[in-house]
Amino acid sequence: MNQQASPSLSLSNPHPKGVNWQQKAALALFGIGLLILLFAWLGGQVWNPFQALLLALGLISGSAWWYARAEYGGKPAGIKNNAVMFRSLSNRGLWGWIAGVMISGFYICLYWYPETMKGLIEMFEAPSRALRGQAADQWFVYGSFYTLAVLLMGAKFIWKYRHNRYQVIRTVSVMFFQLIFSFLIPAFMQLMHQPEFYFTYFWPLKSEYLFPDKISYLTQKYTHLGVFLVFWGAVMSFIAVPVLTYFFGKRWYCSWVCGCGALAETAGDPFRTLSDKSLRAWRIERWLIHSVLVFIVLTTLLAWLNSWQQGAILGDLSQGFSKTYGFLIGSIFSGVIGTGFYPILGSRGWCRFGCPQAAILGIFQKYFSRFRITVNGGQCISCGNCSTYCEMGIDVKAYAQRGQDVVRASCVGCGICSAVCPRGVLRLENGADDVRERAQDARAFHIGEDGVKLNDH
Amino acid sequence: MHIVIIGNGIAGTNAARFIRKWSDYRITMISDETLHPFSRTALMYCYMGHVRQRDTQLYEAHFWAKNRIERLLDRVEQVDTTSKTLLLRQSGALHYDKLIIATGSTPNRPDWPGQELKGVQGLYHLQDLEGMEQLSQGLQHAVVVGGGLIGIEMAEMFLSRNIPVSMLVREHSYWGNVLPGPESAMINRHIIEHGIDLRLGTQLKAIEGDKQGRVHSVLTQNDKRIACQFVGLTTGVSPNINFLRRSGIELNKGVLVDEQLRSSAPDVFAIGDCAELRRPASGRRPIEAVWYTGRMMGQTVAATICGQETMYKPGIWFNSAKFFDIEYQVYGSVPAINPAGISSLYWEHPDGKKSIRINYESESLAVTGFNLMGIRYRHEVCEKWILEGRSIEAVLQQLSLANFDPEFYPKHEQELVSLYNRLEQRNVQLQTRRSLTMVQCYLKSKV
Repeated sequence: MNQQASPSLSLSNPHPKGVNWQQKAALALFGIGLLILLFAWLGGQVWNPFQALLLALGLISGSAWWYARAEYGGKPAGIKNNAVMFRSLSNRGLWGWIAGVMISGFYICLYWYPETMKGLIEMFEAPSRALRGQAADQWFVYGSFYTLAVLLMGAKFIWKYRHNRYQVIRTVSVMFFQLIFSFLIPAFMQLMHQPEFYFTYFWPLKSEYLFPDKISYLTQKYTHLGVFLVFWGAVMSFIAVPVLTYFFGKRWYCSWVCGCGALAETAGDPFRTLSDKSLRAWRIERWLIHSVLVFIVLTTLLAWLNSWQQGAILGDLSQGFSKTYGFLIGSIFSGVIGTGFYPILGSRGWCRFGCPQAAILGIFQKYFSRFRITVNGGQCISCGNCSTYCEMGIDVKAYAQRGQDVVRASCVGCGICSAVCPRGVLRLENGADDVRERAQDARAFHIGEDGVKLNDH
Repeated sequence: MHIVIIGNGIAGTNAARFIRKWSDYRITMISDETLHPFSRTALMYCYMGHVRQRDTQLYEAHFWAKNRIERLLDRVEQVDTTSKTLLLRQSGALHYDKLIIATGSTPNRPDWPGQELKGVQGLYHLQDLEGMEQLSQGLQHAVVVGGGLIGIEMAEMFLSRNIPVSMLVREHSYWGNVLPGPESAMINRHIIEHGIDLRLGTQLKAIEGDKQGRVHSVLTQNDKRIACQFVGLTTGVSPNINFLRRSGIELNKGVLVDEQLRSSAPDVFAIGDCAELRRPASGRRPIEAVWYTGRMMGQTVAATICGQETMYKPGIWFNSAKFFDIEYQVYGSVPAINPAGISSLYWEHPDGKKSIRINYESESLAVTGFNLMGIRYRHEVCEKWILEGRSIEAVLQQLSLANFDPEFYPKHEQELVSLYNRLEQRNVQLQTRRSLTMVQCYLKSKV
């Protein structure tokens, strides 16, 4: 530990935190792995696409693990946020912008120019055949990278928060649901000549699961299984969402199950500080996310009306709504901006401003849930760590310093505010007794001002 | 009515906020440190890169205009209590109807030879942080003098930038005059585990400099020399009241105030670190330079000024800190050494990084204090237990109500109960499970 500060790789870092030789070596290996993938992507002829893929992913995984070990291993467990505000990548510096452009560019290629990815897709031919019995396509490539990112960065996150059992269990949960339910099961169903179905996504996030054409496709082509899948989706949307949210808050989904949440909580962790905490951002958030919800509800209703009328009245209107939604919300908002802009908007841009599922969960959380973040008496010192590390842009401190429990529609219950609080002030809790009064200004038993009678004024 | 507040720390800011909440008086807050009230306790996190300076501001920028709280970046040179006028360095005279002095503290500077050298400073003001920032460039070794809360913060700050630190602690154990022995020993181990050169029972003799007037080493009382380019003096703070020396306001170490926080001059109040209570509550000190008392005083004085005469009643003592990775919370009275008639139930986790101490009266068994290391307890519950004088055995039965650790954390209530049963030959059973509903039930119940 007692060593000289050494210059780091970051460009805009006035006070470098030492990046040791192990981390430099790990970064170099990581770069080589990426280069192999880039070479294949650009159409370079690789001796054996699958072996090259294994080599590249092996380098990337191994080096990511090595980097994390060099970063957190051998040091006492605890909050590891040193120099977060000095790092170029996590602080909208040069590396942040480069990363933002690269990831957004990846999404643009993925959605609109998949033919440019031919070489990359070819690398995934063998695993795609093995896992789902089909030729690889850009979506399989995307799903593989996505899952790998969740697993690798999840492992890094667990290492970082190894002292915090809530964080460890929660992260294992998102890694599990991503790997099994969002990657392996849909692939396996395809292998078995069944529909590619995602059990952990439902309307309105996976809006087509309640669209008439999807339902008739599932029930007609896959009969019994199809009916079950439609039933599953409807039960999740209309029963599981309100019931589970009543008991646990929206976190049961957003930071424990959801794949978007999985990426945000793992790969997105270094960017959580970038979310805008201002009142203005909160206003924009409420308008935007509820507009998207209204949009998808309308789109769904129109689709049903259209199907019922067999296109007699509405004509192409319903199609137009669906297409516009898919393009604007599905591709641009959730993909290019939502994930591509991690290093600019923070890791939960989509979840906070766009996701219609989060909007519904949020409404339940705010009005019909036992969940809240309680404030421990008068122990808050207004240091601002909670607000700074809130990925949803909630100004937690504003609540904590006045002894008000946090009840916010957007809170995904990641628990990081509670983890980074240096005074042990915040706790995620469920309580059935006072669902209606959870959000009141100052709790009846707020501490330490017993000489002051708040109620007389 | 014009309320003028000198100082915009937590005491002054909280006073302003509550005066606005309860009145339409004109409010002016003066500070020569910064226009934007911020959390002083968070200075370390700015240096360490956990937060940006603006993240530590108490309120968003629009708060002040919206709440019509005027702010002045200026320094008060003189206070004239007969004409109720302040003389400001830049803006000249300013009339007040009521004055609140909330100027906080300044770091103590005992008369050490060489303490005027460049590279020697404390950590209290924003400007101190800027000083540390500048001096950190190319810093090879830092020495921190003092074994208290600011000292360990400073050590942690330098460590975050991989700058080696030596810590000189006069006592034979870290914060040994406040923490009981085992807790203090735990922090000693933890400091060393983090690679700090911890020198217990070591006093500073002199600070030595080079020809340019920059510090290059310190000399300890036992004539050991440590080369360093920075010396942090963190041996406590004193009220920042020098500008009041000729004001006629009665001063001792701080501004002397009564239970309503009134000073000797009419319509002049003092709150926070700079206030010295003439008659502190029993068991409490006349000056308590902590965040929480400043905040409570701000709210108390606001009520009095807004027409509701209010006594300053800080209630049951509480405090908290974090020593590197180990959080610390205290509720009630937990002295370093128990006085006669007070017993302790002390449990420590085998990993040596967590402990729970419950103090109680040996005769009546009424609990008097809780000291937690690496474990979070619920403030309200501990406070109510102490206020009620609950017996240690009743507390142990319901100990889960106090647990404030995050979900899934290992629970240690049973271990504590078993320990008590073993030591006291009793058979207390843990009865309640952790539940927010139970907590609320208990807190709402009348004593």
